[in-house]
Amino acid sequence: MRQPKIIVVGGGLAGLMATIKVAEAGVPVELFSIVPVRRSHSVCAQGGINAAKNTKGEGDSTWKHFDDTIYGGDFLANQPLVKAMCEAAPAIIDLLDRMGVPFNRTPEGLLDFRRFGGTLYHRTAFAGATTGQQMLYALDEQVRRFEAEGKVRKYEGWTFLSAVLDEQGICRGICAMDLKSMQVRTFPADAAIFCTGGIGAIFGRSTNSVVCTGSAQSALFQQGVHYANGEFIQVHPTAIPGEDKFRLMSESARGEGGRVWVPRQPGDPRPPKSIPENERFYFLEEWYPKYGNLVPRDVAVRAIHKVVFELKLGVEGQPAVYLDVSHLPRELLDRKLEGILEIYEKFLGVDPREQPMKVFPAMHYTMGGLWIDDENQATNVPGIYAAGECDYHYHGANRLGANSLVSCIFGGMLAGPAAVRYARNLERGADAVPASVFEREQRRQEEINERLLRQEGNENPIAIWKEMGQWMTEHVTVVRYNKNLERTDQKLQELLERYRRINLSDRTKWSNQTLNFARELYNMLILARVITLGALRRNESRGAHYKPEFPERDDQNWLKTTRAIYDCGNIRFEYDPVDVSLIPPRPRRYDVK
Amino acid sequence: MAEKKTVLVRIKRQLAPDQKPYWEEFELTWRPFMNVIILLRDIAERPVTREGKVTTPVAFDANCLEEVCGACAMRINGKARQACSALVDQLEQPIRLEPLTKFPVVRDLFVDRSRMFENLKRMKAWVPIDGTYHLGEGPRIAPEVQQRAYPLSRCITCGNCLEVCPQVNERSDFVGAAIINQVRLFNLHPTGAMHKRERLDAVMGPGGVHDCANAQNCVKACPKGIPLVESISEVNRDAIRQAIFGWLFG
Repeated sequence: MRQPKIIVVGGGLAGLMATIKVAEAGVPVELFSIVPVRRSHSVCAQGGINAAKNTKGEGDSTWKHFDDTIYGGDFLANQPLVKAMCEAAPAIIDLLDRMGVPFNRTPEGLLDFRRFGGTLYHRTAFAGATTGQQMLYALDEQVRRFEAEGKVRKYEGWTFLSAVLDEQGICRGICAMDLKSMQVRTFPADAAIFCTGGIGAIFGRSTNSVVCTGSAQSALFQQGVHYANGEFIQVHPTAIPGEDKFRLMSESARGEGGRVWVPRQPGDPRPPKSIPENERFYFLEEWYPKYGNLVPRDVAVRAIHKVVFELKLGVEGQPAVYLDVSHLPRELLDRKLEGILEIYEKFLGVDPREQPMKVFPAMHYTMGGLWIDDENQATNVPGIYAAGECDYHYHGANRLGANSLVSCIFGGMLAGPAAVRYARNLERGADAVPASVFEREQRRQEEINERLLRQEGNENPIAIWKEMGQWMTEHVTVVRYNKNLERTDQKLQELLERYRRINLSDRTKWSNQTLNFARELYNMLILARVITLGALRRNESRGAHYKPEFPERDDQNWLKTTRAIYDCGNIRFEYDPVDVSLIPPRPRRYDVK
Repeated sequence: MAEKKTVLVRIKRQLAPDQKPYWEEFELTWRPFMNVIILLRDIAERPVTREGKVTTPVAFDANCLEEVCGACAMRINGKARQACSALVDQLEQPIRLEPLTKFPVVRDLFVDRSRMFENLKRMKAWVPIDGTYHLGEGPRIAPEVQQRAYPLSRCITCGNCLEVCPQVNERSDFVGAAIINQVRLFNLHPTGAMHKRERLDAVMGPGGVHDCANAQNCVKACPKGIPLVESISEVNRDAIRQAIFGWLFG
């Protein structure tokens, strides 16, 4: 029998899980990652991972997890796979536990669980406040073991450029670039699984890591892979603004009892600790008595916007609110939240155990992503699979906190075996594809590099990137107006025009980060248009997508999955019905008791 | 109008591994809450030295920017640390940026630390599970054990502990504190402990725990406050015990 070969692009949680599954099936894997996989963005996930193990006698169940996820996502997710994910979650936690993730424990030695946003149950397992880091390390170690056994080959420090598609439009491998030598090369494979994460860089500053540009997704989109629900962008309510990035302050701070407030008196100059309780406005607790500080993220973000911009109650007149854990016992803070409190302390020089933290919402996560089918994580292009943040499937119009880690692992667990099945059933493998198919793609990519290195002009890629980020953050995040979305798209087209005149300040051929960034920038601009145009067309408000001109959810017209298609340089949209066969849509109200 | 406040930075540059290093100086506009990453980005946006010479952006490694991925380690004013958490206002000027010296330079401040990951392989730094299919719950672990393991598991493989270790040099294969700490971590886990012997054998091999000369610089350089000296002495104790018992009863 022909031995297939599988490529995984991206070494975060989803990519590593997919790699493990493929290696376990006895199929050789090549794993590509821009950074050493142990430095992937998954390390930034803080609060935890959801699974309804019901260890606190609350009567939690996987169905309730499923219902919370669908309701939290405002009924935009296709339901069957979400149900399967929630049912798989308890076993996923067990597996991670067996791999040695140092989850916090109860006195009996069992896994401890905390509360998170959008649920009333203690459902979130956690390892301090660096759960993503700990999970990533556990999977990295398992992959390293397979690597030591020769079952996995890693290409770290390589970036994905494009898929190699044959005459029938079937994926036969990938084209990638070594970020040291800048060598462009093709790698044949029978299937490729993309786990290329988030797209934060499109918004300039976000909570994401530097590598989260969405460049790979965009490159695939431009090669014919559909991109779904791009307009659904999650803004996280509590981050520390910074000029290089917004540093996340996990929802777990509120899960452990942290409270959000502002002084009742606008511009109150007093230090926060001297403001008496009755002069503090705990607006989330007042407006949402049942969920309090743990309303879903989109709800919390809009509340903060209202407090800051409409009621003008931002701390010291600035765009900021207090996130306060200073009333909680120090021992609890150090045992359960140290990782994040340390970030605040290091970067701002203030100890959050003593003083309330100043936070503001920041772009955090994309619910949208590469379109995949309802069972296999397969995209519309044969041989291309997707899992993790870069797929669109699990979170509907708004993701619940601590659900991303589950979806990464679950997606990877499905994608790996699905790609193996597909590869084994292929009539003709990548080895039978003529060399010219690979040579053509390599040439195409080399030409892009040569053109960028050669071209003269007066535009700077970083300046264009910053401008894109400002426009996207201002007009395509929390509050969206059609007029502004139209202007943003015009701006993006203008930036694409200016992109043709960028001048690389580095024309060397060794470890040229400027060249790589310029390539990513083009892809970011295209994906920014997909997001903006998707938002422009969707005339309703649903989950994270909020238009004051269309403040209600409109199931009649918009209970639909957006599918963006790249067609000869144009972006076209189609809409699919959402599978709501298990839980009929109902109004989403977190303000009722 | 008041004169604009500026920041002076001197950067050790090197175009490629086989090229000679040289220094360049930059004068940048100061802004509040600047860190070293912002400095390097400002240079990338306008790569002109203090003398007005047009140059190339500085190559450097960075990812999470919140001191949890380990990528952006470099020497800042002679001290090995993460660039993202190095705040300009807390640094003496001119700020000197150099690549780590114990790893091969790729370009400018970008170094190749793959040796650390290779050494993790040698030490079998993993919990050897039977498979990812459903085999039930993991072992029960006392909260006290979890609280000992978790801080060890926060190592970000930045390499700062190797950078400051006198035993890590061209003439030695010493794996360094970070790697030995991982041996302790996995030996602490109930399932990991079943393969403690193999790990201790590996850590007693060339470049292993015996090469530590107890300078104790590592623990001071660790950005995550990991008790590295304690880890080394515990692994050393276990290794000696295994060696003696192996010799007595082997």
